[in-house]
Amino acid sequence: MNRKQRIEEALQTALSPLHLEVIDESHNHNVPEGAESHFKVVVASEAFGGQGLVGRHRLINRLLAQELGGGLHALALHTWTPEEWFEKGGVARESPQCLGGSKAG
Amino acid sequence: MDVLERIDQQVKNNPIVIYMKGTPQFPQCGFSMRASAALQECGVPFAYVNVLQDREIFESLPRYADWPTFPQVYIDGELVGGCDITLELHANGELKKMMEAAAHKAEQVETPTS
Repeated sequence: MNRKQRIEEALQTALSPLHLEVIDESHNHNVPEGAESHFKVVVASEAFGGQGLVGRHRLINRLLAQELGGGLHALALHTWTPEEWFEKGGVARESPQCLGGSKAG
Repeated sequence: MDVLERIDQQVKNNPIVIYMKGTPQFPQCGFSMRASAALQECGVPFAYVNVLQDREIFESLPRYADWPTFPQVYIDGELVGGCDITLELHANGELKKMMEAAAHKAEQVETPTS
């Protein structure tokens, strides 16, 4: 299983999302091919109800702690409750381009 | 001073502080660039810490904050979020209000009326 599949499986299991997109954006960054380092996650789930954005992101960061500790370098998160998702019309922002700072970390 | 105490002081002594890769003038990561640009657009002065210049903070802040990535934005002593949340708050106009409220509060603490 690659990282994208592992992330999808972990979030699918824990959040039973209405909508889930996991996008490998590593090719936009200054990393070797197949690095699986930069991801974007777009997720709408009932599990976020009653939680602020910090709480939602912490929840996902916790679910993906093993990935974050093992080479997942950047994780853009777009989290919504099903109600918010429908209101927004289901569009998430583009992630930024790399500026080369990852090498220092 | 212990690094966690150092972070705690920075977070509590600055009404607004961003921990970022690079500086607002020379950001070294796209996420840090976007978050610091959002803060600048609000027109309220803020402090920044370049985590690429301070390995101790770079390594310890994720543990302090229970937040694994950079940038991290703190307003009035509280973690507001990383890049995505900061941009979200900027888009809906909340960020400027939060920054102004924190700056105002800090001013009152520094210059109490007699």
